Amino acid sequence: MSTKLADSTNIIEAFGPHPAYSHGVWLDTGVEPDKVVKTHCCFCGQQCGIQLKVKDNQVIGFEPWYDFPFNQGKLCPKGIKRYLQGAHPDRLLHAYGRDATAASGFNAIPYEQAIDRVAAEINRIQSQYGPHAFAVLSGASLTTEKAYLMGKFAHACLKTSNIDYNGRLCMVSAGAGNKKAFGIDRAANPWSDILHAEVVWISGANVAECAPITTDYVWQARENGAKIIVVDPRITPIARTCDLFMPIKPGRDVALFNGILHLMIAHDWLDHDFIDRHTVGFAEVAAHVEEWTPQRTAEVTGIAEKLIHQAAEWWGTAKTSFLMHARGIEHHSHGVQNVLGAINMVLASGRLGRENCGYATITGQGNGQGGREHGQKCDQLPGGRDLGNPEHRAYVAKVWGMSPDELPPPGVDAYEIFRKIDAGEIRGLLSICFNPVVSLPDNNFIRRMLEKLEFFVAIDFFMNETSHYADIVLPGSLHEEDEGVVATAEGRVIKINKATEPPGEARQDWRIIQDIAQAIRRERGFAFNNSAEIFEELRQASAGGIVDYSGITYEKIERQYGVFWPCRSDDDPGTPRLFEPGAWNPIAQGKGPFYFPDGKARFNVARYTPPAEEVDREYPIMLTTGRVVSHYLSGAQTRRIGPLVDHYPEPRIEMHPLLASRLGIADGDWATVESRRGSCTLRVQVVKTIRPDTIFIPYHWAGRQSANQLTIAAQDPISKIPEYKVCAVRVKKAIQAPPEKE
Amino acid sequence: MPVPQRMEFFIDLGRCIGCQACVQACTECDTHKGQSMIQLDYLDRANSTQTVPVICMHCDSPTCAEVCPADAIKKTEDGVVQTARKPRCIACNNCVLACPFGVPKMNTPMNLMMKCDMCYDRTSVGLKPMCASVCPSQALFFGTREEIERLRPRSKPVNRFQFGGQIITTKVKMLAPKDTPADAVDITAAMYQPTIGQNILEEMLLEI
Repeated sequence: MSTKLADSTNIIEAFGPHPAYSHGVWLDTGVEPDKVVKTHCCFCGQQCGIQLKVKDNQVIGFEPWYDFPFNQGKLCPKGIKRYLQGAHPDRLLHAYGRDATAASGFNAIPYEQAIDRVAAEINRIQSQYGPHAFAVLSGASLTTEKAYLMGKFAHACLKTSNIDYNGRLCMVSAGAGNKKAFGIDRAANPWSDILHAEVVWISGANVAECAPITTDYVWQARENGAKIIVVDPRITPIARTCDLFMPIKPGRDVALFNGILHLMIAHDWLDHDFIDRHTVGFAEVAAHVEEWTPQRTAEVTGIAEKLIHQAAEWWGTAKTSFLMHARGIEHHSHGVQNVLGAINMVLASGRLGRENCGYATITGQGNGQGGREHGQKCDQLPGGRDLGNPEHRAYVAKVWGMSPDELPPPGVDAYEIFRKIDAGEIRGLLSICFNPVVSLPDNNFIRRMLEKLEFFVAIDFFMNETSHYADIVLPGSLHEEDEGVVATAEGRVIKINKATEPPGEARQDWRIIQDIAQAIRRERGFAFNNSAEIFEELRQASAGGIVDYSGITYEKIERQYGVFWPCRSDDDPGTPRLFEPGAWNPIAQGKGPFYFPDGKARFNVARYTPPAEEVDREYPIMLTTGRVVSHYLSGAQTRRIGPLVDHYPEPRIEMHPLLASRLGIADGDWATVESRRGSCTLRVQVVKTIRPDTIFIPYHWAGRQSANQLTIAAQDPISKIPEYKVCAVRVKKAIQAPPEKE
Repeated sequence: MPVPQRMEFFIDLGRCIGCQACVQACTECDTHKGQSMIQLDYLDRANSTQTVPVICMHCDSPTCAEVCPADAIKKTEDGVVQTARKPRCIACNNCVLACPFGVPKMNTPMNLMMKCDMCYDRTSVGLKPMCASVCPSQALFFGTREEIERLRPRSKPVNRFQFGGQIITTKVKMLAPKDTPADAVDITAAMYQPTIGQNILEEMLLEI
């Protein structure tokens, strides 16, 4: 950091977030659009089909896309109002350089000058401190082409080990658990398998707010006779009318899964044939869950024994079922254990790889699935290959026209990158599609680390709160300004189509990356003319890997309304449902449907450990965090869309009346929440829809409103996901609103 | 062109998740761009996440039209009760006060009562209304009787509502549990019924 940060009030005045509302052409009626572009929503892993109406290079509204099979026209409020992010007053139209003398802290500078500065700093830092001293942070809202290019940029151009992405905050526990159990990281089933399941089990997923369209699948399953089981510390909208609600204590999910498996074994609600033929490791798991009696499960989880019995009976005796989970069980220091516990329950039931028998994580980010497949994870290469595997390195190096020895060794996760800044090992950073100042836990630490960097360049279309710390900000592209593929929560590869051109000096992100590669004179392999060319190379780089895209083409995607990977040849229609009997994969080579040499799935002993920070006398209340329906992730986009801001203008502390009365707090009062890491003063909403020992704060806001001032940076030892879903806090009534300044 | 009679509007309040997609989509309707004709509220957020979207029920004998001194509110032959006609509306608010469902809204700057017209610009040309198109939970559903019977076997459509001594029959149907005995929903009586299940969490936790 070369100069002091400008006053945040001045930065916000210049760059927002300012909420935009419809005006002008957005309100004109009867406007004939120049074109209507079939594409997808820019928010969340469901990737609903939407048609954007375009007039004079501006998205002026939408029309439902009834033919797209996943959502059939349905959209949540975010998708409906997403067009307000275009032609936005906060849109970055130029490159910016930090300037302490400017009121806003930044001055617009010519794009080429900004690129030259970035190149000079990369060269300086890498020659002075070595290649790994420059790190890259990327994101899972980018198209897969861009995500692929970011991985290639770090590994093949910068030759740094240190790249990771914001999926580290999202789906990695599920990914790691799935790889340990199935050998592959993808939803096992398309959502259509939910519709005729006899039991739908939802653990730690606020479906109605975070994956709203999935709601209709769940309700439709119930119309068809399904029992809906929801496990959550809060009575979320989907929990309100479910058939069985289990109000679990945050961080105890694996205990519940072990307890259910214990009862399945006790009652012999097992598919012995499936367990014998298609799995290994059941005996060890069975021995491990012996101690998870209903009584112990109830004590640990805070769920009454009779509910546990009821859930086990419904789950155990069902003929078909679908188990879904999301961040609620994954955002833990033992998130992978939670996931493995859930998978054990599914494997023991044998209800997998068949129609109406399914299992999936509900991936959160727009390209949460595709963004974790092709090499922007710290230990990954395209095609779901491993950076630490010599054969995988050799294959990808060949596609990239380089020697495998030139590829760096695997790096570290996104949070560890900040610890390496602290240790002085990382001196420079490029960030795209990531807002760690809002989204990483214990974010006061993140701020200090950003200030410590010698050079920081951010690529974004708005000045997000992390960009405030940048030396150079490069103007990237909105979702509607580029084309490319993404993979949805179902594992369906779909196509984002371009509706408008980037305004001003803004340009497609892959062009910016290539401009940097050229400016540092390492342009080999970075001469793509369009996204389609990147996709062609991606197909080749993924061929033969687990995440095989080689048979996918843009044309096939359009024709089939998406292609489920793996898709291994031109005449392969793709694989909507994994693990079907007789399915072939490159690891098992026909020995079985799972992605291990023997073709069998793995039971894994799933161990319960308490959260990293248990409540105590000093910090007696559990804090859990999550999302609300009108905002997305760090809010960089949705906090700029007026109607979404009005829907949920500021974070509130959800608190049960029993706790509120003990603390002398009434609905609407201000309260200060303190953890060992920070404090946060917000208004309280007193509701009976949350456990009395737990409070909830949504995390989409920045500065003094940021819930991540409180959260703990404890991480899962395997997936490295942070423990957003539980830490210890204390709460006291506050007299007044905190001062406006950060 | 009239809205085809076979296309019907059904509301299933049990499905509503309060996401406000309907409210936002309503503002995209070409006849009243920028303004939502839908009111969506929590019934009692302190106790429940239950929300209720209010769209026009399109009454057979619309109270709003009956009380209009200027005869500004018209029902078209397909049963859709239209927004007040601008040349006639005197902005007296009678309709706003009289509608038992609380649907019409007074647009003060325009001196005009505005209300849901079932997206007449869309439904009259064979498209679904905006709200029912986008509704993620399909609490708002627009389709045929056959479709609803197939998709919602646990429900029966009800379109008679009792407000004190007044019984109102509507074009829009509400889905009630199939075993509901009454053929009219007694709205005013329901207002005094105790809510059920609001202590469910405490009761569950007490059992530990």
